[in-house]
Amino acid sequence: MPDSPRYTVADRPPFRLADLLLRWESILVVLLALVFAVNAWATPWFLDIYNLADATYNFSEKAIIALAMALLILTREIDLSVAAIVALAALGVGAAGALGQPTPVLVLTGLGIGLLCGLCNGVLVTRFGVHSIVITIGTMSLYRGIAQVSLGDQALTAFPQPFLDLQQTYFLADPPTPLSFVLFLALAVVFGIVLHLTATGRRLFAIGANPVAARFSGIRVDRIRFLLFTVSGLMAGLAGVLLTARIGVVRPNIALGWELDVVTMVILGGVAISGGIGSIPGVVLAVLVLGFATFGLTLLNVPGIVINVLLGCLLIGSIALPILIRRAMRRRRST
Amino acid sequence: MAPVLSLSHISKGFPGVQALDDVSLTLERGSVTALIGENGAGKSTIVKILTGIYTPDAGTVNVEGRDRRFATPKDAWAAGIAAIHQETVMFDELSVQENIFMGHMPGGRLIDRTAIRDRTKELLARIDADFAPETPLKRLSVAQKHMVEIARALSHEAAVIIMDEPTASLSRHEIGELFSLVDQLRDEGRAILFISHKFDEIFRVSDRWVCLRDGRKVGEGLTAEVTEPELVRLMVGRPIDQVFPKRDVVIGEVVLEVEGLSNATEFADISFELRRGEILGLYGLVGAGRSEAMQCVFGLSQPTRGRIVMEGRPLAPRAPGDAIDAGISYVPEDRQEQGVVLPLGIRANITLASLARHARGWFLSSSSELDATRALGDRLAVKAASWEQPVMELSGGNQQKVVIAKWLATQPRVIILDEPTKGIDIGSKAAVHAFIGELVADGLAVVLISSELPEVMGLADRILVMHEGRIVARFARDAWSAEAIVAAATGAVAADRAA
Repeated sequence: MPDSPRYTVADRPPFRLADLLLRWESILVVLLALVFAVNAWATPWFLDIYNLADATYNFSEKAIIALAMALLILTREIDLSVAAIVALAALGVGAAGALGQPTPVLVLTGLGIGLLCGLCNGVLVTRFGVHSIVITIGTMSLYRGIAQVSLGDQALTAFPQPFLDLQQTYFLADPPTPLSFVLFLALAVVFGIVLHLTATGRRLFAIGANPVAARFSGIRVDRIRFLLFTVSGLMAGLAGVLLTARIGVVRPNIALGWELDVVTMVILGGVAISGGIGSIPGVVLAVLVLGFATFGLTLLNVPGIVINVLLGCLLIGSIALPILIRRAMRRRRST
Repeated sequence: MAPVLSLSHISKGFPGVQALDDVSLTLERGSVTALIGENGAGKSTIVKILTGIYTPDAGTVNVEGRDRRFATPKDAWAAGIAAIHQETVMFDELSVQENIFMGHMPGGRLIDRTAIRDRTKELLARIDADFAPETPLKRLSVAQKHMVEIARALSHEAAVIIMDEPTASLSRHEIGELFSLVDQLRDEGRAILFISHKFDEIFRVSDRWVCLRDGRKVGEGLTAEVTEPELVRLMVGRPIDQVFPKRDVVIGEVVLEVEGLSNATEFADISFELRRGEILGLYGLVGAGRSEAMQCVFGLSQPTRGRIVMEGRPLAPRAPGDAIDAGISYVPEDRQEQGVVLPLGIRANITLASLARHARGWFLSSSSELDATRALGDRLAVKAASWEQPVMELSGGNQQKVVIAKWLATQPRVIILDEPTKGIDIGSKAAVHAFIGELVADGLAVVLISSELPEVMGLADRILVMHEGRIVARFARDAWSAEAIVAAATGAVAADRAA
């Protein structure tokens, strides 16, 4: 525009230490350090490498689902059927085991069922234009119901040894690392790259922040939504395979209530439930904070119900604290 | 006559800006005062102080001889000050009567429904509104919602009524009705503060004017004793060339052809040709189907009949992505909802529709993005602290520049501008007009949807007029008159003149 004066616009804002320290990820790093420090001080067994390795067994499966859930919540969606998909996938794996199938068939069965359930969610969400919270509450009952009807009060326990070895031996010997944790870290890198470094990732942020403007900008919002639900189903299927290999028994109530644990990881990871804000490093840190805090409390023989109370306080506290700090800083700046 | 409301030496600062600096202002009974100024001059800050949303840092608010301090919006209501906003803030799911009496329902603990209905009826009759008290608000038009807000103000017996750009979303006919209502309120002895960007409205309704610039009062007086150029000079602090840029553009070959485009309800039988270097004006009243027809060309909806040919190839866009790939861009009317992604930075907004151009293998190249952002942002003179600044921190005019930059980044051959200057100040407006001239000089073809007659007549080479979903008149530049265009838009005549 010819008669407007020119302005120099900086490439990026000036660096401010306070901005960096108040980032959600920084707060989680501090929180994680605190968890380690307190636990190491409270019990001599916490820092034992084998204990830490075993701790990762307990959260890695949920954490794998949390990666996909983070992308969904970032785009204003949610998948509450993930735990039911885990159960249905585990059922498939158990049934294939009962038929005497080899390990690769078991793994593919679990992944395939997860993928199918995810596809089904994706079709329903994009076709009917109803919020995914409604659709996936429905499919949650549906998938879990199918598992319950087909299994009754039975349990499936016949698995080939190589399948059980996937999760009952360490994938890496030194340092001892379970397969599920290795997969979680590898997938975290993949999800992180996709979200933060690719065009697809940028589109996810745009959809989450303003789905209408995203559509007007030529982004195929429904196609991306469909893809995210499919990925979410696939991750739940993978978690189902890993969980079955770890515990070696499938009952219809397997993974009951996991969806809320997964959502907790994502929310503590700093992904805004209103969409458009979040990061994969944040979710990974939140997974570690929650996982090791739970493990430490278990080592201290704190009963499970009390652990729930403490984790609830941790979640609310860690969400409230930065908001209070920011408010205080703003007040000081404006006076 | 003693003023019903006076603001004395009001100042209000925010981090980094002094929004109001020692502003004094009085409103008198039975008089309409126009508050004018560019975006960011401090008009909305005054409204927010008067309605109890902000408290001033210094100065006093005096209502009917008593100094007041509004801590909450309710205090302002109680003092007899009511505001009607440009985007109505009410409860869509509730009925007209519930909206009017929200916060001051008659009756004790239990709501007295009959009393509410009777009083609502009486209020609606006073302003000649023809809808029932039980009507859900969501079924009303914007103009009718304004009437509900006015009824709500009357229900408080408000002595002062603030109208903040009340005509922004109204059709010409509805604006006329609103103005007679303003006259009626004035005759009842109420004081009205009228905020508008449009000079014809200011001259039509106001008795007095007060002009703000950069948070200071730069003038006031009687509307009868001032001229438009004088007001413009006061607002911007420099004379602005209101004449539209003279262009010498050779109009080239046909780029876009639309033939018989129709959908079920909103538009029918839309046909036109668009040539390189041409600006095609699309004029009509709000609701004539202009945006809907163009959104269909852009792939946001599917036509039931008709065809589109872009650069000689048939185009049936199933989604905006198809139209973008074919070289068509659409700058939407609703900047905040459809145009920008507010929390994202300027860079992410500008590259959003052309991300594939910045991919290097699997990854986005932020340096390539930054180069494109700098080039377009500087060309459009975007004012910002950094290219990473979230768009929500920018002014309306700068947000609009970011949206236009986003579309230029897709390197379109056809660009559809839907009310590109709606709600932006005249400084930015002139810049957008000049820029449209630059675009066609570069060989683009422009479809300009506008409800502002001077703007379409000043810029367009040809004008199509739509009425109730159909093109009812076509005018060439040398064969049009304002009267003929308006007559066609209101459905008075159907004309077809040499175009």
